[in-house]
Amino acid sequence: MSKFKKKKEGGIPAVNTAALPDIVFMLLFFFMVATVMRQNTLKIENNLPFADQVEKLDKKDLVMYIYAGKPSENYKQYGTQARIQLNDDFANVSDIASFIAAERASKREELVPFLTTALKVDGETNMGIVGDIKQELRKVNALKINYTTKKGSVINQ
Amino acid sequence: MSKRAAPEVNAGSMADIAFLLLIFFLVTTTIEVDSGLNRKLPPIEETEPPIIKQKNIFTVLLNGNDQLLVEDEIMEVKDLREAAIAFLDNGGDGSCDYCKGKKDPESSDNPAKAIISLKNERETSYKQYIAVQNELVAAYNVLRNKRAEALYGKTFTEMEANANDVNWPGNKERLKDQIEKIKLDYPQKLSEVQ
Repeated sequence: MSKFKKKKEGGIPAVNTAALPDIVFMLLFFFMVATVMRQNTLKIENNLPFADQVEKLDKKDLVMYIYAGKPSENYKQYGTQARIQLNDDFANVSDIASFIAAERASKREELVPFLTTALKVDGETNMGIVGDIKQELRKVNALKINYTTKKGSVINQ
Repeated sequence: MSKRAAPEVNAGSMADIAFLLLIFFLVTTTIEVDSGLNRKLPPIEETEPPIIKQKNIFTVLLNGNDQLLVEDEIMEVKDLREAAIAFLDNGGDGSCDYCKGKKDPESSDNPAKAIISLKNERETSYKQYIAVQNELVAAYNVLRNKRAEALYGKTFTEMEANANDVNWPGNKERLKDQIEKIKLDYPQKLSEVQ
């Protein structure tokens, strides 16, 4: 008679979960590869409008982003009128010229003519502020622009 | 004493660590939008603009209530594309042998002379403005696609996609010339009034 007798127990054996880490790792690698870290923290609402005749912006390092829209929930003290955001902070129309100059200075000289300005403007914004931005861009001769939009139909949005 | 096997490392918590990382990346991932409508702003010039015949200008007005006025008539956004195509492809002076329009002498002379003028007010919503821009660009794309189909058996969109594709096997130089030719046949003349 042995002292330690295994209790014989019936019932279902435990499910083997050894392959679980593999699956999780697979997902992990996917998201690690697909992740683009946000360049700017948005302080505005940025719900882009739809368009279907879109072209891709291919050279990401040659794009300057200008955001515009209503201040978001956390920044209500800045009012409900649409504001411009450059880099990480609110800006005025007059700051655009210096922003463009700084962006140009940070790029190699031969690449400067290929710089594109991407306007990421909230759909509910009035055209007044967009017109001001465009006028300012014309003054500093940054003529290539891109209205960033989501892909979709314009008619039934 | 006999050789003892090294004890196995417990890997049970590996899954937990992997989950932790996974959730971190799940939360931080934002699929960035990187497409849109490319436009070119006009440079600031001191010179007087050239005088253009009224019939060669297609006026699109967008007022503060997002209502559309095209050639002095109220219009819906969904009808704008057709109207713009009819105007651009009119070929009133007969010099454009590929135009399929009505050849109405009261409308534009040929696609090279036809200009679309877009005016908006400060109160116009950006959404509506993009919708109108999109429809006007679409009108040009439809005409260019038709022209490319007739000349080279491919749509203009395909040709541009091929030109941007590094793995495309065909003759790039010739393709670029063909694209230029079609752009010349239907030049994008979209002016915005300040």
